[in-house]
Amino acid sequence: MPVRVQSEDFDAGAEIARLRRGDPKVGAVAAFIGVARDINDGTAVATLSLEHYPGMTEKALDGIVAEARTRWRLIDALVIHRIGVLAPTDQIVLVAVTSEHRGDAFSACEFIMDFLKTRAPFWKRETTPEGARWVEARTADDQAAARWKATDVG
Amino acid sequence: MKLLYFARLREDLGCAEETIALPPGVETVEGLRAHLMARGSIWQQALAAGGALGVAVNLDMARPDTPVKQDDEVAFFPPVTGG
Repeated sequence: MPVRVQSEDFDAGAEIARLRRGDPKVGAVAAFIGVARDINDGTAVATLSLEHYPGMTEKALDGIVAEARTRWRLIDALVIHRIGVLAPTDQIVLVAVTSEHRGDAFSACEFIMDFLKTRAPFWKRETTPEGARWVEARTADDQAAARWKATDVG
Repeated sequence: MKLLYFARLREDLGCAEETIALPPGVETVEGLRAHLMARGSIWQQALAAGGALGVAVNLDMARPDTPVKQDDEVAFFPPVTGG
């Protein structure tokens, strides 16, 4: 299954090994892991709580992976996103992509992550010394996703 | 139709999910939003976010002119912050 939403942690090494399955056509693996930090906008963060829209999340991520497959020559792709309560240093998200050559893997991995940040229905709430607050969306994330529209990726 | 509210919107409105009859004359996301905002000041504030308000119809991102029908599931939510 190329897209998973789960509360459990993941083992990136094992997931990537499963994605490759010893396929000798795979010449490149690019992976991104998003991790929970202990500070956001200058305020200490004790825990992070992630909620999502079941059903739409999977559909949106499937669509993003499918779009990446039309843009680059990919062999396989995997997205795992965690939900529930996380602490600083916990892994949040894994995007892993396999291809014949590194260019396709690098670009597709970044593309999937940029669109996950702006299109997949997840919301973060963090607890701080001043209380709990919803994490604000960042303009930089919209800009990161928008640049793929302007780029001719051949 | 089924309406869903997520994250800050759910908290502000004190409502996660409700089922309503498609109001007469409501044919689009924008029409539905206007109908819900007429419920009172809390609804007006929560749904007035303009471009920052996310809306999905049947699990797909929607636009103000996206049609809505009686058997649709429509979700309202703040900008997404995953990853």
